Amino acid sequence: MTENTDPRLAVEATGLVKHFTSGKKTTKAVDGVDLTIPTGSVFGLLGPNGAGKTTVVRMLATLLRPDGGSARVLGHDVVHDADAVRSAVGLTGQYASVDEDLTGTENLLMLARLFGFRGRAATQRVANLLEAFSLTDAGSRQVKTYSGGMRRRIDLAASLVLSPRVLFLDEPTTGLDPRSRNQVWDIVRVLVDDGATVLLTTQYLEEADQLADRIGVIDHGRLIAEGTSTELKRSVGQGAVEIRLADATQRAEAAAVVQRMLGTEPTLPTDPYALSARVPDDGAHLVAQLLPALGEAGIAVPEFSLGQPSLDEVFLTLTGEPLPADETSDGAAVEQEVAR
Amino acid sequence: MSAVDISTTTLREAVALDDRPARPSAVATSLTFGWRALLKIKHVPEQLFDVLVSPVIFTLMFTYLFGGAIAGSTDAYIQFLLPGILVQTIIIVTVYTGYTLNTDITKGVFDRFRSLPIWRPAPIVGALLGDTVRYTIASVMCIGLGLIIGFRPDGGVLGVVAGVALLLVFAFALSWIFTILGLLLRTPNAVMGVSMMVLMPLTFASNIFVDPSTMPSGLQTFVDLNPVSHLVTAVRGLMAGSAGWGDVTTVLISAVVMTAVFAPITMYLYRNRH
Repeated sequence: MTENTDPRLAVEATGLVKHFTSGKKTTKAVDGVDLTIPTGSVFGLLGPNGAGKTTVVRMLATLLRPDGGSARVLGHDVVHDADAVRSAVGLTGQYASVDEDLTGTENLLMLARLFGFRGRAATQRVANLLEAFSLTDAGSRQVKTYSGGMRRRIDLAASLVLSPRVLFLDEPTTGLDPRSRNQVWDIVRVLVDDGATVLLTTQYLEEADQLADRIGVIDHGRLIAEGTSTELKRSVGQGAVEIRLADATQRAEAAAVVQRMLGTEPTLPTDPYALSARVPDDGAHLVAQLLPALGEAGIAVPEFSLGQPSLDEVFLTLTGEPLPADETSDGAAVEQEVAR
Repeated sequence: MSAVDISTTTLREAVALDDRPARPSAVATSLTFGWRALLKIKHVPEQLFDVLVSPVIFTLMFTYLFGGAIAGSTDAYIQFLLPGILVQTIIIVTVYTGYTLNTDITKGVFDRFRSLPIWRPAPIVGALLGDTVRYTIASVMCIGLGLIIGFRPDGGVLGVVAGVALLLVFAFALSWIFTILGLLLRTPNAVMGVSMMVLMPLTFASNIFVDPSTMPSGLQTFVDLNPVSHLVTAVRGLMAGSAGWGDVTTVLISAVVMTAVFAPITMYLYRNRH
């Protein structure tokens, strides 16, 4: 239809736009997103609630028609060749769910039949999937009785009935305990090892860091940065110095020294003994002078370290806003928000 | 929770697929969704409560409350009332079509269906097929009770079955209105409320309970135009063995028209939902 398609690309989207209108107010949920995901890789779409992650996935999964731009999944246009896209894609997420009233077995059996498995082939396929996801015993129970982890596993199993080559996982671990979350991660790794392409949306930096080859940061419907985890971190700067004081009453004084030496404003976490500050670009040599300077000012520093910037800081730098409090992996961004 | 161990090998083998099965036909797909509707009845039998209880209450109440006053005796009235009450019961049950559809949407189940490579109307057609089972159960309840308290249809078994069949065709067609409401409104309860507002005048301002000849002329016109009245007349005729073919034809035509108009609207909304 349009330009020739690169067979090595599982997903390619250009200028995707989606508006939602409620009453007189029109919101641009997705505002010109370009995506390129090579076959066999994991792409993490990272952003806070309402950033447009789910809308992007829903457009790529043919559930929503884009208002602008175009997208192809394995070379098939999501609007004009939607059926071919549906045959190739598995979808799991907050908006594509299994039926809670039915049992796990019935849910999978229904999908197997809808995909064309018949009789024994269908039951066999379902039995294998249930076993692989440790759900054999739970198979005869209604899904509404499942725990959070089981629920997510049956959701994943449901999206794998036809062995899709591209998998869209919309916040696959939101609300899971760490153990169940690790299980989901392990499953994703196995699938990717076997050649599947995964597009994963997440609010968790750690998840993107752990699973994704490339990460796109999305905010207010726009992709504001893209790259590997390391590239994104590097784009922020040198990292940050973390300082722990012996005496909490000296924090203001220490902050002043840090500000003078590094030229960046220190962050003051909840812990009254701690402070941290970003190291400016080409400012590595200043860090070496900071510790003696603190000593001269009579401030005892039992702990002093130089850390890589976290993805929290990446997000903060890119958007000027921290990620929502409960999704940050440390307290710095939270404190920053309180301070503003 | 017991320890869960996901074995990599088992997972690989379970997911791997050498031959992708051929895509099933539209009929097979719809039947699978019909099977789902039956499973829902099995797992959530409470949903049948209305279907089972409302015909009993309505039939008993109207027969014994008004029978003597309207028709001289309860025995005479039940011959007139029962086909009408049957129609009313089934029509009210059609509301559940929209209600369950909306529940599926709110719970995210429908998006999974929409993401599948299947014949697009199948989830809705299948749900409607499953609903006909519900209608059949309600019909059996209603007629069974009628027979116990004195309903003696002259049309015999054949006439009764023909009456029920015609009613099911009409109900299937009418359901498309409720699928539209199910797709448009935000919550299952809103669907229920709006549907009842539509159904109340359609069922009460009809010839279900009384002969319209005593009604004011404006109301009589409405009753005459009301498709439910034609349905009731046709079902009465079939069950009494004196079917007016004109009424049966009118009902069939209105069923075709309703499907032709409302099914495409439903599918349009279904495809373009967000």
